[in-house]
Amino acid sequence: MARAVTTQKKVMWTALAWGFGLLMFFPILWTFLTSFKTEAAAISDPPVWLFFDWTLENYTAVQDRSNYPKALMNSIIIAVGSTLLGILIAVPAAWAMAFVPGKRTKDILLWMLSTKMLPAVGVLYPMVLLAKWLGVMDSRILLIVVLMLINLPIIVWMLYTYFKEIPGEILEAARMDGATLRSEIIHVLTPMALPGIASTILLNIILAWNEAFWTILLTTVDAAPLTAFIASFSAPEGLFYAKLSAASMMAIAPILIMGWFSQKQLVRGLTFGAVK
Amino acid sequence: MSIKRTLLATSVSLGLTAGIAAADSHAKTITIATVNNGDMVRMQGYTDKFTEETGIAVEWVTLEENVLRQRVTTDITTKGGSFDIMTIGMYETPIWGANGWLVPLDDLSAEYDVDDILPAMAGGLSHNGTLYAAPFYGESSMVMYRTDLMEKAGLEMPKDPTWEFIAKAAAAMTDRENEINGICLRGKAGWGEGGAFITATANSFGARWFDEDWKPQFDTEEWANTVNFFKDTMDASGPAGYATNGFNENLSLFQQGKCGMWIDATVAASFVTNPEDSTVAEHVGFALAPDTGLGKRGNWLWAWALAIPAGTQKQAEAKEFIEWATSKDYIEMVAANEGWANVPPGARTSLYKNPEYLKVPFAQMTLDSILTADPNNPTVKPVPYVGVQFAAIPEFAGIATEVSQEFSAAYAGQQTVEEALENAQEIATEAMEAAGY
Repeated sequence: MARAVTTQKKVMWTALAWGFGLLMFFPILWTFLTSFKTEAAAISDPPVWLFFDWTLENYTAVQDRSNYPKALMNSIIIAVGSTLLGILIAVPAAWAMAFVPGKRTKDILLWMLSTKMLPAVGVLYPMVLLAKWLGVMDSRILLIVVLMLINLPIIVWMLYTYFKEIPGEILEAARMDGATLRSEIIHVLTPMALPGIASTILLNIILAWNEAFWTILLTTVDAAPLTAFIASFSAPEGLFYAKLSAASMMAIAPILIMGWFSQKQLVRGLTFGAVK
Repeated sequence: MSIKRTLLATSVSLGLTAGIAAADSHAKTITIATVNNGDMVRMQGYTDKFTEETGIAVEWVTLEENVLRQRVTTDITTKGGSFDIMTIGMYETPIWGANGWLVPLDDLSAEYDVDDILPAMAGGLSHNGTLYAAPFYGESSMVMYRTDLMEKAGLEMPKDPTWEFIAKAAAAMTDRENEINGICLRGKAGWGEGGAFITATANSFGARWFDEDWKPQFDTEEWANTVNFFKDTMDASGPAGYATNGFNENLSLFQQGKCGMWIDATVAASFVTNPEDSTVAEHVGFALAPDTGLGKRGNWLWAWALAIPAGTQKQAEAKEFIEWATSKDYIEMVAANEGWANVPPGARTSLYKNPEYLKVPFAQMTLDSILTADPNNPTVKPVPYVGVQFAAIPEFAGIATEVSQEFSAAYAGQQTVEEALENAQEIATEAMEAAGY
């Protein structure tokens, strides 16, 4: 009897999980289907699901109108660059906070997180003026630095949580064996925290990929990434939903593929510390 | 899957989909910020011809209207110099021109024939008589209606209807069982969405945003009449959830045959009469925006225009492009390749003297609508501002966005019209006092 109840519960939870999963995935599925419709079919009411004249004309139109490879390359460089730069700075910072905490370490961690609560538009003008003064407007290096600064609190927090899991005695043992600080971090700490560092990298690449405030407002042509590419297909006066859907699919495809391959690390990254 | 393999797969998936950006080999390149709409996208398609003729290459930055506004405003106020040409509207042009942020277009060539620009457009894009932006296309608003449904209702649409007739016709055309709404109008919050519509409508009811001393006027009977009329008509004959419908939502409803009437931008006429997109293309008639007999109609006036920011280093090249894109020759080139229905409307007088263009079913009504809008005297009583569906002062966009949110909340039944007007008066008064008016 008890076994039957367990099976029933399992079925119920599985169905619930699938239902919830499909609900979350539905917008992407709908965007995917719309990208193959004509503009007229895209707005038809009642909506058409699978039985419509599938067309690739939206993808062709999007390719004709914009420089997708350039936007994609910019997205990759900016997302990967800002994440790696962030990791370079965050590993020593998180090491210090995890293994040699001071009186104010907790406060500093909270203060870092609180910077995420500042509305971005509040520092728009200072940021633009600074970029202009340095002559780096519309450059990838500007976005790499800006996105790194924006995501740094999250990177430090995630790494700090991982490092706290590693017993300090192991590092002490390394020091007793004559390891310098540099080799302690590179040869002892980093290999042990590699799963954590990997999931931090993946999550931050996704965050940087999707960032759509600074990447649009600080770029023009040379450094414009895929967020600017999508924004160019949004129109308040005219129905271009099918083309917008095609552009959206092209913009999210690389990150979807990456997410698919790295889902285990991502889930671990998101739940680490909460379900030990 | 191991971590190393995951990271490897990630790099491969990103790397495989990446291409190499083509280097720009042109010596002279201008950068243009623009909006994503049919006419602008079409212009981008002809850019190669301009480059062939002049040797000047063009880079486009196309953005959604609100994002574009934020982007170009940031650039021009910081003298960023990111753009050589900006696509701006009638709201920004006089304000930016007055601030010295735009290059005056007072030395355009004789061939360009600047006097051919429709006076209403030239007036709205000037400050103290100096033109600061050249109109690429202009629009007003008008009634688009289903001729078959109007006939079925036993009514005939006059060329110049009153709001009373519109409400009556809307009720007669409404057929809830067949999902037909008598009328579809913008109720969506936003100064350029529902805010623009209700302001233009208010003009025809004799209401105004500010009196001659810049005092907000939402506590007047005229405003109460306007908003109550809008809500009553839409509650009786409009679509469900109209409080969140803007241009695109109503276009979609009309094209699906779910609206008897739609009062909106004249550029929509080419969409609703296009059989490829519209299921009712054969049954669309046009009329002037309604009035209440007070001498002003509820239509607006708008232009998307090309302007040169003062910070650019490529003024001469930018001017050359503007002369090309807003010329009579450009219109003829588009007509020759894509037909007269697809040329940018509402900018030049000569277009409306062309017998070929006048064969387009909505051409004359578009011109008549543009001609009835007067940005200098938008409403019945005198006002201190310029603009039909807006007041060309920097504070307007912020105030009107908040006010339109109050109105949308009233349409959705979250508050009464009286409460919305009270709140609007408070918002506007506070903002104007803070701005030193």
